[in-house]
Amino acid sequence: MGSPSDFGLRVERAFADAGARANIRRAMDGLQAKRLEAFPDADALERLRDEGAAIKARALARLPELLEQFEANCLRKGIRVHWAETADEANRIVVEICAKRGVRRAIKGKSMVSEETGLNHALEGEGIEALESDLGEFIIQLAGEGPSHIIAPAIHKDRHQVAALFREHFPDLTPRDDIEGLCATARELLRRRFRDADLGISGVNFLVAETGTLVLVENEGNGRLSTTVPDVHVAITGIEKVVERLADIPPLLALLTRSATGQPITTYVNLINGPRAPGELDGPREVHLVLLDNGRSRIYGDTELRSTLRCIRCGACMNHCPVYVRLGGHAYGTVYPGPIGTVLEPQKSGLDRLGELTEASTLCGACGEVCPVRIPLPALINRLRFDAVRRDPVSTPGRGTRRKRAEALVWRIWAAVHSHPPLYRAYTRLACALRAFAPRRIPGWSDHRTAPRPAERPLHDLVRKAGFDHE
Amino acid sequence: MSETRERILERLRRACDGLPPPPTVATDSASVARPPADAAALVRAIRARLEAVRGEVHEAPESSWPALVLRLARERGVHRLLYGPRAALAAALEAEARGSESPQLVKYANSVEAWKEELFSGVDAAVTSAAGGIAETGSLILWPGAAEPRLMSLVPPIHFAVVSAATLYPTLADALRAQDWATRMPTNPLLISGPSKSADIEQTLTYGVHGPRSLIVIVTA
Repeated sequence: MGSPSDFGLRVERAFADAGARANIRRAMDGLQAKRLEAFPDADALERLRDEGAAIKARALARLPELLEQFEANCLRKGIRVHWAETADEANRIVVEICAKRGVRRAIKGKSMVSEETGLNHALEGEGIEALESDLGEFIIQLAGEGPSHIIAPAIHKDRHQVAALFREHFPDLTPRDDIEGLCATARELLRRRFRDADLGISGVNFLVAETGTLVLVENEGNGRLSTTVPDVHVAITGIEKVVERLADIPPLLALLTRSATGQPITTYVNLINGPRAPGELDGPREVHLVLLDNGRSRIYGDTELRSTLRCIRCGACMNHCPVYVRLGGHAYGTVYPGPIGTVLEPQKSGLDRLGELTEASTLCGACGEVCPVRIPLPALINRLRFDAVRRDPVSTPGRGTRRKRAEALVWRIWAAVHSHPPLYRAYTRLACALRAFAPRRIPGWSDHRTAPRPAERPLHDLVRKAGFDHE
Repeated sequence: MSETRERILERLRRACDGLPPPPTVATDSASVARPPADAAALVRAIRARLEAVRGEVHEAPESSWPALVLRLARERGVHRLLYGPRAALAAALEAEARGSESPQLVKYANSVEAWKEELFSGVDAAVTSAAGGIAETGSLILWPGAAEPRLMSLVPPIHFAVVSAATLYPTLADALRAQDWATRMPTNPLLISGPSKSADIEQTLTYGVHGPRSLIVIVTA
């Protein structure tokens, strides 16, 4: 999906698009403020985060048995469970379900996992229309773009760009330029598409092992329409989404919606326990669930990196990331952008291909502080930077591929200097003595900042002069 | 297919070997702002939450909700009002509507395939019961089923929901426990917390995107 040099180009392109940058910045400032308002009691928030982290950690620790329990409960309730090791396998499963039933038109609720597998493309290759119905996803599908944010996919566009897109694609309509008018237009456009679709596709927010339940949250109603109106519903999600009990859902929901958009709850929380039961008058006649691995079981094998899989996809880490809010999601060139993408994507695709992403972080720690399930994102970013240059065997694909001999040598010298006091003293004295020769301009750094300059005298000397001596 | 399943599970099982047993989790404090549990406070709280997201809340004595629903429907220009003829609400609603011309009651009596077109374009509003409410988040609990199908609360532009004040709970966790969801819940239980909305364009909140434009809640006591 992108090579290291592409990343640099995409960053340049993102910086050049002042309009999109302003749209993203405004939206992220808003989301940060809303999240803060949604957690008025800081102690309660920390307790809730403890709970969320513990629930997900415990579920992961029991993942294989919970998946089996979940599957058994689904089968009992008539939900068919399919397992896919790769993105292609997942797409093939959905294509086959469509082919067997002669499906021509599929309507989609929002699903990041389907973005991960490139499902729309696979369906269209088989002549099956896959129409996105979430307003943001609908907009970027018209624009032929990928999402720039995992919960607000079209956040880089303003109302005028959306109106222009609608006019271009639906010349018969004359959409107004105001946001309410644009929403009304989308409603009219999609209403008959919900009615006429042969199959609905959705993601899942949580799977409950105890009951065999699919939990979906959304605000628009397009998710419920996609999972309820068509004859067949296919949900697709990652194997890490399963939790133990229904009682785990309230704290996770509270964390998810408040962290994501500052809402106490979404308009709809949709619990799916199976297809239309005998006597019922609506609901799909078949419910399928595709469980995708796509590298997750490998990530699971490393006890430190495993916490990546706790993620509940709220987007708070990107909303608060100083790099993401300045770049937007497209610069990352991956399905998941921001800190969680920086951690997840190189583990899936390899550090050789996406290792450069781990540098899209200042390690300021904001992502780790807001993460509702306490994923230690800065530590994981650091770990992956290390994996990218280390020589001992670890399971992360592309391990060691970013190691440069010159850089390794510099660090070895640095380490030697800083771990031998006489060497260190000699080095600081020398640096101070050569102060006058320090460059005033360092390309790439001093364009926006003052170039660093050694002090007149080493700190150790100053401290000793002030009367401290602990040596 | 089952080979794939085995391969994935085997990798996961191998990674689990030798690890310490997972910590137990207590999830009882799962609340951000727990409302007080007395009946009047619960009604006040759910009203405040729903009104904050443009929901409408009315209170009525148990005997007079049908008259209120029909009056509110008339005021909003509802011509055709959908209801479940086998629902517990049906008898009282039919009795109240008898003799009045508008709104006309429409029965959800056949499977959706038989009248999809009409459901999508010929119904102005629907009235359903709610199995309960949640004060903390301003949510209605709907347990759709044969008597009140799933699409009633989704397709018509206006949704009237009748909920008894006796079934209001402070939090979702309370409701899951009290109503024993884990063993009793139907095929598609729902929480509904206001009319449909979106903030996908410029993070600006807009109501009535794909689901109902209005949610009108009648709390009976």
